[in-house]
Amino acid sequence: MNGAQAMVKCLEMEGVKTVFGYPGVAICPFYDSILDSEIRTVLIRTEQNAAHAASGMARVTGQVGVCAVTSGPGATNLITGIATAFADSIPLVCITGQVNSELIGSDVFQEADITGAAESFVKYSYLVKNAEDIPRIFKEAFYIANTGRRGPVLIDVPIDVQNAPVKKFRYPEGDVVLRTYKPTVKGHAVQIKKVMAELEKAKRPVICAGGGVLLSGAEGMLREFSHKYQVPVVTTMMGIGAMQTEDELYFGMVGNNGAPCANRAMNDADMVIMVGARVADRAVNQPEIITRDKVLVHMDVDPAEIGKNAGPTIPLVGDARHIFEHMMQIEIECDHGLWLQTLYEYSQTMKETRRTRPEYIDPSEFIRRLSDRMERDAVYVADVGQNQIWSCRSCIVRDGKFLTSGGMGTMGYSIPAAMGAKLACPDRQVVAACGDGSFQMSMMELATMRQHDIPVKIIVIANGYLGMVREFQKNTYGGRYSVVELSGSPDLSKLAEAYGIRFIRVSERKEMDAAIDAFLRDDDAVLMECVIDPMDTVK
Amino acid sequence: MQKKTFQLIVDNTSGVLSRIAGLFSRRGYNIESITAGVTADPRFTRITIVTSGDDEILDQIEKQVAKLIDVRDIRELVPEESVYRELALIKVKAGAAERPSIIAVANVFRANIIDVGAENLIIELTGSQSKIDAFLRLLDGYEILELARTGVAGLCRGVDKVVYIAE
Repeated sequence: MNGAQAMVKCLEMEGVKTVFGYPGVAICPFYDSILDSEIRTVLIRTEQNAAHAASGMARVTGQVGVCAVTSGPGATNLITGIATAFADSIPLVCITGQVNSELIGSDVFQEADITGAAESFVKYSYLVKNAEDIPRIFKEAFYIANTGRRGPVLIDVPIDVQNAPVKKFRYPEGDVVLRTYKPTVKGHAVQIKKVMAELEKAKRPVICAGGGVLLSGAEGMLREFSHKYQVPVVTTMMGIGAMQTEDELYFGMVGNNGAPCANRAMNDADMVIMVGARVADRAVNQPEIITRDKVLVHMDVDPAEIGKNAGPTIPLVGDARHIFEHMMQIEIECDHGLWLQTLYEYSQTMKETRRTRPEYIDPSEFIRRLSDRMERDAVYVADVGQNQIWSCRSCIVRDGKFLTSGGMGTMGYSIPAAMGAKLACPDRQVVAACGDGSFQMSMMELATMRQHDIPVKIIVIANGYLGMVREFQKNTYGGRYSVVELSGSPDLSKLAEAYGIRFIRVSERKEMDAAIDAFLRDDDAVLMECVIDPMDTVK
Repeated sequence: MQKKTFQLIVDNTSGVLSRIAGLFSRRGYNIESITAGVTADPRFTRITIVTSGDDEILDQIEKQVAKLIDVRDIRELVPEESVYRELALIKVKAGAAERPSIIAVANVFRANIIDVGAENLIIELTGSQSKIDAFLRLLDGYEILELARTGVAGLCRGVDKVVYIAE
């Protein structure tokens, strides 16, 4: 056995089913060995999307997503994908080929110091120097990626290490014990008691759920908790889907682009329970608002997030699922009926102030109708830009998932992530929604969809502009539009035809329902262009 | 702004120093000095970092450093409960005329003269940062040709707070 065969064996031992990637000389031993394995390989069309596809897969399965690319430009192209996963705490193992060990540092062809370059975007990285270390390193990498606060781990493997003999392959069994890495899973019992005591006293409590709830698989627990104690829930962008959209205790997304009643709930509350959320600028613009005159409970698996942006009254380090489980064992008396009544009034009266022109399709309405007709467990992937905000506000999530690049805001995320989700769950409907800007950042992946038969449904909300930037320029630069007009875009019907993908265009309101039905009808790949008011805004 | 000294026990892997230094630079934390050396257990390195910031920043520094996979332990070396030392090597221009007075000052500070040339001296001084600063101020009237300071190394007193590295 050689190093490359050992790498493949490690992936098999970890139960990896799919590897996304792009080969090159420095990763060829690995791609040669994987031919003898059951693991499926998917040739993505640019490396960044290999990480996004692995991210989509990880987010619907809860397992580590894997991608493998070559050295030099292959590795550097991957960085945006790694950074995107890092910002959203998505567990990935990213494998890069590297030039011959002896040549490292001499600037040979396709050499890049990828462990150095990616340092600030990885949870951890390895440069493998000895093939015998491969089993240990892979075991550790999968463990580090998918425990504690999840994140990407990079393994850089020089080609000579891939070719070197591995005398005895022994994959470490059982739990990984690292001298220096011991994430806290269980919440502190005293702190948990304090939280429940405060909840009993609180008149206007609200839970703000972030992506950490989904990462820990705590959706069920959150829903149960919120119903048991009648606590209303709002989410951050990354937390969308933690509650069913139509749940009577769910009041929408918070933040600059969030639902007015969700923000009002946060402001008026006397107790805010942040779970798996970073209190980052997009969700909580002014952290002092959630600390002033309030009891702030901050639960997170990463102690460094607690107190980073807002000083909590009760810090609580641990995994959301364990904490909710523990909290529900404590019986308290509470009645928040009045508070809920107030919030229902808010949600009835506080509507968006955005104005739309009636002759155009309203993208918010379109997304609401579309997601309403999607299967209950469908996966909806929103891209970045105005489409993301419309999706966040209007997408109805039931038993499915809502995925998007929340932290990094990486355009082009939706199509590759949707492909990863679809490959992981072939029986579920998977829809990617992007703008005409973000679509063109990933449209090369239509070929991947064809080659590997991945029937993702794509919506392009087309306005001929980089709409989010244009809206910013309108508000900040008095309408001096600079480099935001997207002329020269291809005719999408011809593009779809060129790739052999079914195409639908919809531009009038009255066609909307029929178009949506046609779009969702079969389990095949469809490209739907939804033409909207070029000047439409999110606010 | 206040100053804090942290001691770190880290896994002795390649790249661990750059990971820590990188964390400080990308999050905009100050490093006044950083020293590193192997511990009694060769698998681990002790790093002493002197840093400054307000309470929130210092709290974040401690948490973010603790989060690094290679970091086994980080804790503050509280001034009252710890001893700090720094080593300085000072090359001073000193002809026959200046030599006696410089040596006299050095003796007061219990510094050692470790090299004497026709036109210069090299003085070795160990002590707290403030002692070294005070000594350098006294050399103000002389020409310092070169100065090498190691940065602070420290240990806490007593046996209560020892980081045992048992496996």
